Amino acid sequence: MTYSPEVRERLERDAKEIIGRYPRSRSALLPLLHLVQSEDGYVSDDGQEFCAEMLGLTKAEVVGVSTFYTMYKRKPAGEFHVGVCINALCAVMGGDQIWDELTEHVGIGNGETTADGKVSLERLECNAACDFAPVMVVNWEFFDNQDPESAKRLVDDLRAGKEVAPTRGPSRLCSFKDASRVLAGLSDGQAGEGPSAAGPSLEGLKIAKANGWTAPKGASE
Amino acid sequence: MTTLTPVLTANWDQADSFTLSGYGEYSAAKKALGMEPDAIIKAVKDSGLRGRGGAGFPTGMKWGFIPQGDGKPHYLVVNADESEPGTCKDIPLMMANPHSLVEGAIITAYAIRANHAFIYVRGEVLHVIRRVQAAVREAYEKGYLGTNIFGSGYDLELVVHSGAGAYICGEETALLDSLEGYRGQPRLKPPFPAVAGLYASPTVVNNVESIASVPSIIGNGADWFAAMGTEKSKGFGIFSLSGHVTRPGQYEAPLGITLRELLDMAGGIRAGHRLKFWTPGGSSTPIFTDEHLDVPLDFESVGAKGSMLGTRALQIFDETTCVVRTVLRWTEFYAHESCGKCTPCREGTYWLKQVLKRLEKGQGTEDDLSTITDIADNILGRSFCAFGDGATSPIHSSVKYFRDEYLKHFEIGGCPFDRAASTVWGASA
Repeated sequence: MTYSPEVRERLERDAKEIIGRYPRSRSALLPLLHLVQSEDGYVSDDGQEFCAEMLGLTKAEVVGVSTFYTMYKRKPAGEFHVGVCINALCAVMGGDQIWDELTEHVGIGNGETTADGKVSLERLECNAACDFAPVMVVNWEFFDNQDPESAKRLVDDLRAGKEVAPTRGPSRLCSFKDASRVLAGLSDGQAGEGPSAAGPSLEGLKIAKANGWTAPKGASE
Repeated sequence: MTTLTPVLTANWDQADSFTLSGYGEYSAAKKALGMEPDAIIKAVKDSGLRGRGGAGFPTGMKWGFIPQGDGKPHYLVVNADESEPGTCKDIPLMMANPHSLVEGAIITAYAIRANHAFIYVRGEVLHVIRRVQAAVREAYEKGYLGTNIFGSGYDLELVVHSGAGAYICGEETALLDSLEGYRGQPRLKPPFPAVAGLYASPTVVNNVESIASVPSIIGNGADWFAAMGTEKSKGFGIFSLSGHVTRPGQYEAPLGITLRELLDMAGGIRAGHRLKFWTPGGSSTPIFTDEHLDVPLDFESVGAKGSMLGTRALQIFDETTCVVRTVLRWTEFYAHESCGKCTPCREGTYWLKQVLKRLEKGQGTEDDLSTITDIADNILGRSFCAFGDGATSPIHSSVKYFRDEYLKHFEIGGCPFDRAASTVWGASA
């Protein structure tokens, strides 16, 4: 193991807290893989060894699982992992053009990271925000209603170290590693930031209110 | 005319809707914990609530399958792995109103006599995960989760579990394998999860919207819920309009509303264009055309017209869109997300993708159309789970309605459509 004693101790403390939530320890494997990704920016060899040790599994069992899931990166992701939805609807609405122009602009392709380690790019399948098409995400935060120019500007800003805020999310974008820590189940205290809902999410409600439409009155009202 | 019925979406425009103070006390859970568990199951059966994750299985009946007095632990697992292309209802629901889900989980877990529940959220939605985690934390602090909830003697632990990028984990048995710490691959059924689910114990797996609907049923009564919708498809549901629509978004309405009615509310197809094709409930539901504008969007009516209600993910495409290209992109998705367990699906989706690529480039032949429908026939019904079946839906339905458009591609040796015209910014050009 190459984790320093301090890092190792911290990871073990977090891991034990996570494992304690589950009736059977192996259920903690996915969160633990997110946890080591929050340390290394990818599921490193050491990280997978760590998961195996904590759960009493072989490393082969851990690797067998980590390779199944696309969010576990086998080489370091950028500080900002940028996804462009290229599933049918987003592709048609402009996602294809965004992807083409963005990769040309940044000079890297799918699954690649810029030499400065700042940005990595990924072609994403549907991210469940179709009413905001074309959709992008950075470190799994929503960047809604994009176009080729806004996409290029976004990546330029990220590389230049400017502060960037997601459309529906916290007021400041966190790093890929910090995002992985939340995915491991460890809070970063930012749930209260950002709107409840925005844009298209509210269209139906707005129309209902404008017309005075409601569900029938119920016993609890 | 059918009107909208905001219930789950009713508080989304409040700035604090995702907090306990914005949501309110868990009065339905409090009421439920004073009832007999079987009375809750009966109320949900009587309400007519059917699974909102796509399949439409009666929710109360599913709960009733959990064996009682079997001495085994029972589990509730909420399927929040929303990933079906076009489906985008559970994600905004959990972002804006996560407490409806947590309260629903408490009532459901109590009804099926489970003391441990999980919310399996897809990983790629960070802020949604934060909101659900925070809602669960607030509920613990308030004593709505943990031990002796509402002084009833009932205990419940609720864990928020993040996925890691695998569409197939939305399939309930793949989800269970994933939650156990394995590769997410579907299991052969039977046994069904109600008998041998999580850790081989009786387990209910329900969609987010199904569970989030439960507090309103307990609070307002089964009759209140059943008064909405159609005879066999009762209640309300969130309809998600996306694509070439003037005002895409989330529209909560009784089941049985039509696309024509929804489009009227949404300002119609984007200006200067007309409807070409659409999915009633995600990419796995066979496409419809402008012939189907008046089909009531309920389980029976959509089924009778050869598609499925699915997740009410209405992806709308206008006449600028190439069907062949769209079907290719869905097929690439299925090839990418096939878990690889069953040969027909793993190999079939791969070959469908190859042939469709050729067709889209205008390098195919009429024989290729028989090839893709043959391959689809050999996937359909021949895999463990419904994923393979879903992959065949766009193929069969597009060839049925748009055979000429496929032919046109190889007649002219390329795609007859201008891609720029179908983009958001292409419309105004």
